[in-house]
Amino acid sequence: MHVPDGFIDAPVSLAAGAVAAGAVAVGLRGARHELAERTAPLAGLVAAFVFAVQMLNFPVAAGTSGHLLGGALAAILVGPWTAVLCIAVVLLMQALLFADGGLTALGVNITLMGVVTVAVSYAVFRALLAVLPRGGGGRGGLGAAAFVAAALSVPASALAFTGLYALGGTADVSLTKVATAMVGVHLLIGLGEAAITTATVASVAAVRPDLIHGAQGLRRPLELRTAAVARPGAGGGGGAGAPGADVPVAAAGGGTGPADGPQAPEAPASGRGPRGRSTRRIWAAGAAASLVLAGIVSFYASSDPDGLEKVAGDEGIAKEEKEHALSDSPLADYGVEDVTNTRLSGGLAGVIGVTATLAVGSGVFVVLRRRTGPGQHSDQGSDQGAGGVSAPPPATRQEG
Amino acid sequence: MGAGHTHKLYRHGVSRVHRLPAHVKLVAAFCFVLVVVATPREAVWAFGAYAVLLAAVVGAARVPPGFVLVRLVLEVPFVAFAVLLPFVAEGPRTEVLGLWLSESGLWGAWNVLAKGTIGVAASVLLAATTELRALLLGLQRLRMPALLVQIASFMVRYGDVIADELRRMRIARESRGFTARGPRHWGVLARTAGALFIRSYERGERVHLAMVSRGYTGTMPVADRAGTTAAQWSYAAALPLAALAVCLLGWSLV
Repeated sequence: MHVPDGFIDAPVSLAAGAVAAGAVAVGLRGARHELAERTAPLAGLVAAFVFAVQMLNFPVAAGTSGHLLGGALAAILVGPWTAVLCIAVVLLMQALLFADGGLTALGVNITLMGVVTVAVSYAVFRALLAVLPRGGGGRGGLGAAAFVAAALSVPASALAFTGLYALGGTADVSLTKVATAMVGVHLLIGLGEAAITTATVASVAAVRPDLIHGAQGLRRPLELRTAAVARPGAGGGGGAGAPGADVPVAAAGGGTGPADGPQAPEAPASGRGPRGRSTRRIWAAGAAASLVLAGIVSFYASSDPDGLEKVAGDEGIAKEEKEHALSDSPLADYGVEDVTNTRLSGGLAGVIGVTATLAVGSGVFVVLRRRTGPGQHSDQGSDQGAGGVSAPPPATRQEG
Repeated sequence: MGAGHTHKLYRHGVSRVHRLPAHVKLVAAFCFVLVVVATPREAVWAFGAYAVLLAAVVGAARVPPGFVLVRLVLEVPFVAFAVLLPFVAEGPRTEVLGLWLSESGLWGAWNVLAKGTIGVAASVLLAATTELRALLLGLQRLRMPALLVQIASFMVRYGDVIADELRRMRIARESRGFTARGPRHWGVLARTAGALFIRSYERGERVHLAMVSRGYTGTMPVADRAGTTAAQWSYAAALPLAALAVCLLGWSLV
């Protein structure tokens, strides 16, 4: 992953060094803003964390494993300025102490893995967070935003590498080959990075949501609920109007104890259970993410035919191919008819496709749910409850 | 911190190279690698000359050659890429050992291999002869912002602590029968990473409070202010200057 010496020629390396130095200088000012006088110890410890987490191996398959790059994760957790500093320091120390990445390529490495990754991931993250639905602490939106941000940051860095290579590459490989190979491989790596980053952010959000810099706007002020607390003496008396009104709802779930009082208003009036709310949010976040991917990201997907189509074309299989029965449908070949801009047309087709898939899928689901719903209403509720309670703690679970 | 305040590449020794101030060595190593990178790849003999120069430094620093060679083998991941180059590069092709390879690709592979290896060797030598603390002070002497130096020093100071924390978490996972085998288990590992982040961040807050309570105001005192003599500069400059001569000769001959 680290660019060695001699890969990019001297002038471009020096120019990238200047870019990196500028970015670090800006980062130093910004980090003072983010962390105030705590900057040195905190950023140092976060840099040590990034360094350590790169040693955590994530097995992929058959003996291979990958590790987190950490740019997107650091940007989301501690903010972009501190993240740039941390990554830059990690790369500097790796170059000086571990001979990992060349001395003259240090600027290239900081620019690619620090600046580009952090900038892209944080911009995407904030943009998505502003768009996605919030509530419930914004967990669903947070996860989706972190996923897309991390997934995009890695290929963006690969693209930036291709740019530097175009300016000062020393090997004579055609630019399209470099771009295809780099972006193709890094799209895959990006997915892994995204999965790990999302899970890590989620696990931090579960314990210390206040530590996540990127989610500061999502924190809700502490809410004091005093009305629903049923005092043993007052609850029994006929004078208490407000708690009394909630009791019938709770009774449907089987619990009438005063301890259930505070939860009662949220309890399953519509037969959903507490988990119904979070599934709706996950659904919305997933839909938004897939719309973004289909509509915007597909702009930048390769316009070349995919592997199978290419082989078919090369080997003459395509001649034998019959046109699909739907080939003159309005969405044939993933483009919208009568829209001439190919990228726009592809994006529109993606959005329409996602929407249609969602509509059909949700429709089937709703129909099935209606059919099984009324009879098993109470069972469903208790099943969900039991599932939530009896799930074994992750540390003791034995798998495989 | 039982491992002592050194890093794994440092090798304790007494020599003129060890005694040179760190910032002088940093400048010399950087200039040397820059000159190497700027050398035309067709001047094959020049890279041999660079290797001889580095070997001379190894001798002067009294570092066993085996030490450097082993580190070289461990730290050279880009060989795979260099091997691939002749197969994917453009241009006219020649036959080598029965394989039909691209000429410019072979040159490119040679370029990456030679410059990368010499660069790694220079870094290994620098790290082997310079203590961590000296390295950080050297960076500060070279006008790297003090805040950045502090961040770096905290990173190296607590790097082992955090890595050890990670190791303990792994032992805790494994003693409960957990072995990560595939993407199915990423969730557990990601929770490890999340817990590690929280622990690191909270440790950072504690460290800051401890420092503030001992009078930390945002800057660290610098203990030694020993000056650098012209003799030290000229001794260190021998390597990059010799390399520059080789490089200029290389350009004029090609």
